[in-house]
Amino acid sequence: MSEPIIKIENMNKWFGDFQVLKDINLSVEKNKKIVVCGPSGSGKSTLIRCINRLEEHQKGTIIVDGVELSENTKNIEQVRAEVGMVFQQFNLFPHLSILDNCTLAPIWVKKLPKKDAEELALKQLKQVQIEDQANKFPGQLSGGQQQRCAIARALCMEPKIMLFDEPTSALDPEMIKEVLDAMVNLATAGMTMIVVTHEMGFAKEVADEVIFMDEGMIVEKAETKEFFANPKSDRTKLFLSQIL
Amino acid sequence: MNKLYLSKPNINNLYIYIYTGFFLIFISILDVVFNSFFEINLTTFLPTTLSFTLPLIIGFLGLYLVRIEFTGIKYLDQLNKNINTNNFNALLTLIIIFAIIKTIPPSLSWFILDANISGDSKEACTGTGACWTYIKIWIRRFIYGMYPNAEQWRINLSFIALLALGSVGYFATDKFKKYLTLYYVVIYPFIAFLFIFFFISGGPIFFEFSYGMIAFGLSIIIGFFVPKKIKLWYFLLVPILLYISLKYFFFYEETIDLGKLSGLNWVETGAWGGLSLTFIVSFFCLIFCFPVGMFLALGRRSELLLIRYISIGFIEFWRGVPLITVLFMSSVMFPMFLPEDFFMDKLVRVIIAISLFEAAYVAEVIRGGLQALPRGQYDAAKSLGMGYWKMHIFVILPQALKLVIPGIANTFLALVKDTPLILVVGLLEIVGMLNMAKTNPEWLGFSMEGYVFAAIIFWIICYAMSKYSYNLELKYKTDR
Repeated sequence: MSEPIIKIENMNKWFGDFQVLKDINLSVEKNKKIVVCGPSGSGKSTLIRCINRLEEHQKGTIIVDGVELSENTKNIEQVRAEVGMVFQQFNLFPHLSILDNCTLAPIWVKKLPKKDAEELALKQLKQVQIEDQANKFPGQLSGGQQQRCAIARALCMEPKIMLFDEPTSALDPEMIKEVLDAMVNLATAGMTMIVVTHEMGFAKEVADEVIFMDEGMIVEKAETKEFFANPKSDRTKLFLSQIL
Repeated sequence: MNKLYLSKPNINNLYIYIYTGFFLIFISILDVVFNSFFEINLTTFLPTTLSFTLPLIIGFLGLYLVRIEFTGIKYLDQLNKNINTNNFNALLTLIIIFAIIKTIPPSLSWFILDANISGDSKEACTGTGACWTYIKIWIRRFIYGMYPNAEQWRINLSFIALLALGSVGYFATDKFKKYLTLYYVVIYPFIAFLFIFFFISGGPIFFEFSYGMIAFGLSIIIGFFVPKKIKLWYFLLVPILLYISLKYFFFYEETIDLGKLSGLNWVETGAWGGLSLTFIVSFFCLIFCFPVGMFLALGRRSELLLIRYISIGFIEFWRGVPLITVLFMSSVMFPMFLPEDFFMDKLVRVIIAISLFEAAYVAEVIRGGLQALPRGQYDAAKSLGMGYWKMHIFVILPQALKLVIPGIANTFLALVKDTPLILVVGLLEIVGMLNMAKTNPEWLGFSMEGYVFAAIIFWIICYAMSKYSYNLELKYKTDR
């Protein structure tokens, strides 16, 4: 058993008086793929946003790749550079071309020379099969293409961990497959991934573990086969019967 | 056989309706034209009220008759779609056309037909129209203020040089394109300042201007051979060192010896004026207020309480006071707070005052743009490991500024049109010079011409600016 790359202990978070996350304990080992599911409002998104500190937690500890997340801005930036994130709404930079979207952070955060950054970006865009769109602007692409570009943009930072926050929820059904394919490829390549999604097919195919969350708590955490075959808690059973 | 219904124009007897309709419209316009151009009333035989409204009634009937949908005649369809969709619009169209026709003859006669431009005294103006002679005689004052005639080439030369340097962006090759922002934000204003401060102002300090230019030129030439790593430091330090060494070690003795080369005559800023002063004040205020406003906008949204409250206080203070009091303060009160031997030119004080005043407005405009950006953009930039400044410089500000181009243009236009207010502290830009000229005993009674002239000048400046801002909007439009 190797040392976990993400370690969350007794983490609590409040939005005002409302407690979103209650006593979260989670450790993720390198190269593992975790799928987080649960009803809306259960705190799944908040949980993974805490991992790169887009949200602050108020209690407990989060250690990512040996760095504890705290008020220290330098630490946070270091962690963020190592943790890629893909959002539900893509969040590409509309004023930059696809290629510039991908090279911006490598050039200015990792200080790569422009030429190397572009080479890397084209390689990543080729991985998600949109290298021929490199000079277009995000507004000219379909939703699926934009989301694939967002994946490529995150990969250009050569992260150790990838977080996916409902990457297919804003897409038309026929575009979901192309994004999931890109994610499956990434998983096969051995990336450590935490995916918040409702795509149970994807979970069955790729995930090592599935986490079920409800009301800010981790209700069930099990290996994928076990999770779908014998869910333990009633809440999980109910959720699975509704979604499958 | 198709029946003719006068009350219901239809496509069956298309040409009968069209010919009748356009004949009626033609008659109505002809009536108004005769009325206003030749002062002939074609309908005197009718009662006055009817005679007055007759063209409207006839034209209205005509437009009614030609209002037939889908005729297939391109121009008629366009006419109906755009200005003749219903009775009310038809009426408005007619009234506007008549109003234009009515106003052409008097304005034409005032501007051109009955106007005078020849001669060089008040007596030459014999016509009933405008006396452009007045503008012609005073034009130098309107452009250069009280700047001595013999020295005005300095202003011309500076402005032409600055215009030429400013247009560099159009000719820059791709290799130099990335330096353009730096050039326009830092270097160009600096050169402009050198030109205006040393060249237009003149005096013995003219030599400093030449040292500055030599130092600047030399350091750029040497700069091509400097390794990339120290380039930034090089350009920060070397020009200043060169300048100082030139001034104190190389030319100092010579300049004293060469008494005959005593430089340009000094012209104090109080003598500057007219249009050139309008340009100078507007130019520097625009350049200074923008970055200050930008930092204030960022400061107001900062998470650091101290910075946020300072920004809010600054913005609310400057937005809360009228510009005219700010100008008074800058020229009357401000010097009292300064140490005895410290002197700051009135023009400089005024420029600083206007810049800070407008910066508060610019800040609020930019803040609007910052708030319009979705939170996802901040999240995405942060998740890629960008810190506060990188995030703002590369992701947030480019988008926010693009959004607020119309608002910024608005503020800048207001700024240009606010510059005449500096006459309250005794600086006479173009409107100030007009005010002075109209009270000249030799030229009493021509304020109308003066104000029309100023209005035209301001309109040209402002229209050019708004056109430019519109072009910028199109240029940075990437959402489609």
